[in-house]
Amino acid sequence: MPDQDKNTNAERLLPLVEKIPAFSQSVSRVLSLASDINCSPKVLVEVVSGDPVLTMKILRLVNSAYFGLPNKITSVHQALVNLGLNTLKHTALSLAMLGVLPRKNDAGLDIDALWLHSLAVGLAARRLAQAKGVPKAESEDYFVAGLLHDVGKLVYASYEPARFARALETAALDQVDLTVPERAELGATHAEVGALLAERWGLAEPLRLALAGHHAPSDETPAMLTDVVFVANQVVKRKNLGFSGNPALTPMPAGVRERLTLTAEAVGAALEELPLELQNARVILQL
Amino acid sequence: MRLTFWGTRGSIGVPGPDTVVYGGNTTCLGIETCDETIILDAGTGIRGLGVELARSMPVTCSIFISHTHWDHIQGLPFFVPLFVPGNTIKICGTFDPVNNKDLREVLAAQMDYNYFPVRSAELAADISYLTLREGQTVDCGSAQVTPVIMNHPVISFGYKVSCGGKSVFFTGDHEDYANIYEPGDPFYEEYETIILQKRAQIAGSIRGVDVLVSDCQYTEEEYPSKAGWGHSTPSMAVALAQAAGVKRLFLTHHEPTRPDAAMALFHAQIVERFKETGIEIDMAREGLSVEI
Ligand SMILES: [Zn+2]
Ligand SMILES: [Zn+2]
Repeated sequence: MPDQDKNTNAERLLPLVEKIPAFSQSVSRVLSLASDINCSPKVLVEVVSGDPVLTMKILRLVNSAYFGLPNKITSVHQALVNLGLNTLKHTALSLAMLGVLPRKNDAGLDIDALWLHSLAVGLAARRLAQAKGVPKAESEDYFVAGLLHDVGKLVYASYEPARFARALETAALDQVDLTVPERAELGATHAEVGALLAERWGLAEPLRLALAGHHAPSDETPAMLTDVVFVANQVVKRKNLGFSGNPALTPMPAGVRERLTLTAEAVGAALEELPLELQNARVILQL
Repeated sequence: MRLTFWGTRGSIGVPGPDTVVYGGNTTCLGIETCDETIILDAGTGIRGLGVELARSMPVTCSIFISHTHWDHIQGLPFFVPLFVPGNTIKICGTFDPVNNKDLREVLAAQMDYNYFPVRSAELAADISYLTLREGQTVDCGSAQVTPVIMNHPVISFGYKVSCGGKSVFFTGDHEDYANIYEPGDPFYEEYETIILQKRAQIAGSIRGVDVLVSDCQYTEEEYPSKAGWGHSTPSMAVALAQAAGVKRLFLTHHEPTRPDAAMALFHAQIVERFKETGIEIDMAREGLSVEI
């Protein structure tokens, strides 16, 4: 697609994207703390405590059967003493990201299924990153990128429900990639909208590129984050974990295959236990 | 019951002429009860214990993993009883809320073809896995084992093992809690109160045991540069024993860079420094076996 069109689309879409609430300061701070290996516990507590909704969700999660603690945790400080910095950091990150976006829509999109899909892609991307030897702290970025890769769909579902419903229907009926009817109905793909939103939220550039490129990773500006999210997304679809509203599978582009140098067996091995992990992790969707 | 140290070293195995006294293998404790063997952690020390157990098969044993850091699981693929049909082995450990991987998967991953020529699927013994929550008591024959969440960068359990009126507590990797605020900060007192509660909870879980086995990787001098790494000093270990009213303390998870001569000196200093406490303080030594 010529660049000219891209700009026109961006202009058309901007008002749409601007309807989405800005990233709260606490969420962006949690996001930047998550991959900071030197994250100070004091700062994390300060950020989390400053956000009553996030605090409440964290306390609900750590008091759930999933953690199964014998004593009730009633404050962020107490969660830190009992569970440690890493656990608190990760819990805050997962819940902060999930709290950002609408959970209801009029486009007939099954949001719960989409969230399950997104969570699965986040977990899968992190597993693939670890299989590639990405350090643990950095692998949180992969989790976030996977979790947010389809955020453009939520923008459409919330603010262009009628047109997006038609795009979903066409994709289902004709079994074509959702990006095709999206472009016809809405003028841009959810990947492009997601990238605009990432920009508005001030997310890091690699994250924006991953959202933009998760259906067609760029060979000109190759990035491991984008490639990994692409693969994670395809595998999760193939495994039928959740549902993204997009029935089509995209074959692995030669460029991704060459750059990632992960064999099908290695991908399979890294993601073998994904369904089980998703089963454990889905508790965070219910908060 | 009888407690035997099969591995006493922290972080990495350091076999060699400088570690023959205190041991070069990583963490593994064996506890013989009247009817079963209970194993705490599966560092490289578990290999020797496996050879010993394999002499009288079939083996029924339970392995409790404090946490899945390398030095606490790396010996598992070399635990002979796992490969022999007819043996019954229960492997228990923590849940991992960060990676959401359960114990079976983490342990299977280290038997991945990349690292080890036998797949976990080929283990012939009857093996079951149990992911524990804090306070969840497991029966092992006539013994009971109860996990407590300790303080380490990942969720890590200490275990209390009781049988026939005798009991042992093993801290796994543990560091005393530190206040994240400076005195005078408005949150200092609140945080201090929570720390006191958590210390009291741990001491309460330990109280009444005959023997406490505690992490003591660092000297007081080494500690400041290692704060937050999840390991204790002698004063932390002794404070824990005092808080729990324990009279016999073994120190373990020895610093890998400390050779036997330095270990002996470290031990002598500790004994001298804490002689007023009335606690009998020993260094865990590989091969040391104690009847409790
Ligand atoms: Zn250790
Ligand atoms: Zn450790």
